[in-house]
Amino acid sequence: MPTEVKVMDAHEMRRALTRIAHEILERNKGAEDLVLVGILRRGAPLAHRLSRLIEHIEGTAVPVGELDISLYRDDYRTRTVSDIGATRIPVDITGKKVVLVDEVIYTGRTVRAAITALMDLGRPACIQLAVLIDRGHRELPIRPDYVGKNLPTSRQEFVEVRLEELHGEDSVSIRKPDQERQA
Amino acid sequence: MMTDLITLRETSPEDILLLLDTAQSFKEILERPVKKVPTLRGRQVVTLFYEASTRTRVSFENAAKIMSADTTSVAAATSSVQKGESLLDTVQTLRAMRIDCLVMRHPQSGAAHLVAQALDVPVVNAGDGMHEHPTQALLDMLTIRQHKGRLEGLTVAIVGDIAHSRVARSNLWGLTKMGAKVRFVAPATLLPRDVHRLPVEVYTDLREGVKDADVVMALRLQQERMERGLLPSLREYAQRWGVNAGALQLAKPDCIVMHPGPMNRGVEIADDVADSGRSVILEQVTNGVAIRMAVLYHLLGGEATA
Repeated sequence: MPTEVKVMDAHEMRRALTRIAHEILERNKGAEDLVLVGILRRGAPLAHRLSRLIEHIEGTAVPVGELDISLYRDDYRTRTVSDIGATRIPVDITGKKVVLVDEVIYTGRTVRAAITALMDLGRPACIQLAVLIDRGHRELPIRPDYVGKNLPTSRQEFVEVRLEELHGEDSVSIRKPDQERQA
Repeated sequence: MMTDLITLRETSPEDILLLLDTAQSFKEILERPVKKVPTLRGRQVVTLFYEASTRTRVSFENAAKIMSADTTSVAAATSSVQKGESLLDTVQTLRAMRIDCLVMRHPQSGAAHLVAQALDVPVVNAGDGMHEHPTQALLDMLTIRQHKGRLEGLTVAIVGDIAHSRVARSNLWGLTKMGAKVRFVAPATLLPRDVHRLPVEVYTDLREGVKDADVVMALRLQQERMERGLLPSLREYAQRWGVNAGALQLAKPDCIVMHPGPMNRGVEIADDVADSGRSVILEQVTNGVAIRMAVLYHLLGGEATA
């Protein structure tokens, strides 16, 4: 049996996101010109949540976009994503401060693809990165600006983020590799 | 996912759904000011057409170019085919130039299947004789689904020169797999000989055939394939079989009208119908690019992952 360890529950997730919302506002001196862009699938609900939190704190609504990066991945030739989502960004991002939102940062390759995808849509004033979990093992010179939780992992482990909007609950777990099957 | 796209008869409902969903997501790219994504960078797509075509060839080439593939267009009329080279020798020659995908149209039914067996790169059938034209049917299904929100349970009346129509055959297989009901509406001389063995309702009266239909699809009268004697005259055909506003009053009030093009206005479709609010003919063309992008994306990629 693979073992699964819960590392974040719904309350902790809410607090982490609330802190990130404050940090985004602090760093950008308010919500002006901000656009939150969630990377599909799991980044999108998180971007919507951050937008609501920012509106609650600051009283300003921040536009939210969703970005599918399948067409920009560097492993298309070996692993092709079947389930393609539609990119929807409700505003022109040119000149805007774009905060990319994803659930986990790992190798950094997804973020690299997302940056390229964003650049195809316009020329933002800047791009920042917010993630719920940073699990390390970067393969590219990319680092997040806002982190919910730093989570040391081994490459064999799998970090699973479950979200209310998609999976009916908020939690983060680490699944250890299946020791018995490997033995 | 399959390795070639030759017929919808042999394509699974799951793959059809995957292609429709992917194309739906890709439509956003067509609305961008810069229509270019890097996915197929460095891949070579060749279109090999043994028959005249504007929209299908341009649609495939645009789809490939939007995804950053390089495209080469070979028209049989101006190629070594004129010097007597066989189809298989032609495609093997192209393959030796290290192409990554072949899109082909050929007047012989089964030609694309033959080529797909001989080649180790994906082959896409862009029309083989009177057999199939799968990407046309996929773009038709995408257009219908956009307007109706579903395919299951719909009644689609395909009107006109069914016997010579690969579009009708591909739509029949695709639509029935997705749960729609298909009617062929045509004079007896323009029905396929094997129609009684197909999962289709047959009508030889236009008004009965379009009654309560959700979709009416007019087919081009294929004058270049028509043997003499199947029709008394074009004028009589237009009067009895041309899709007109009067007949459409019998269809569902929200019925849409489609045509794969190119249209013979005033023959199989009346001018006022082609230009009416019910007509989705130009949307079909736009959707064609999105569908062909989806086909190239899935055929040229690696192992599928969620």
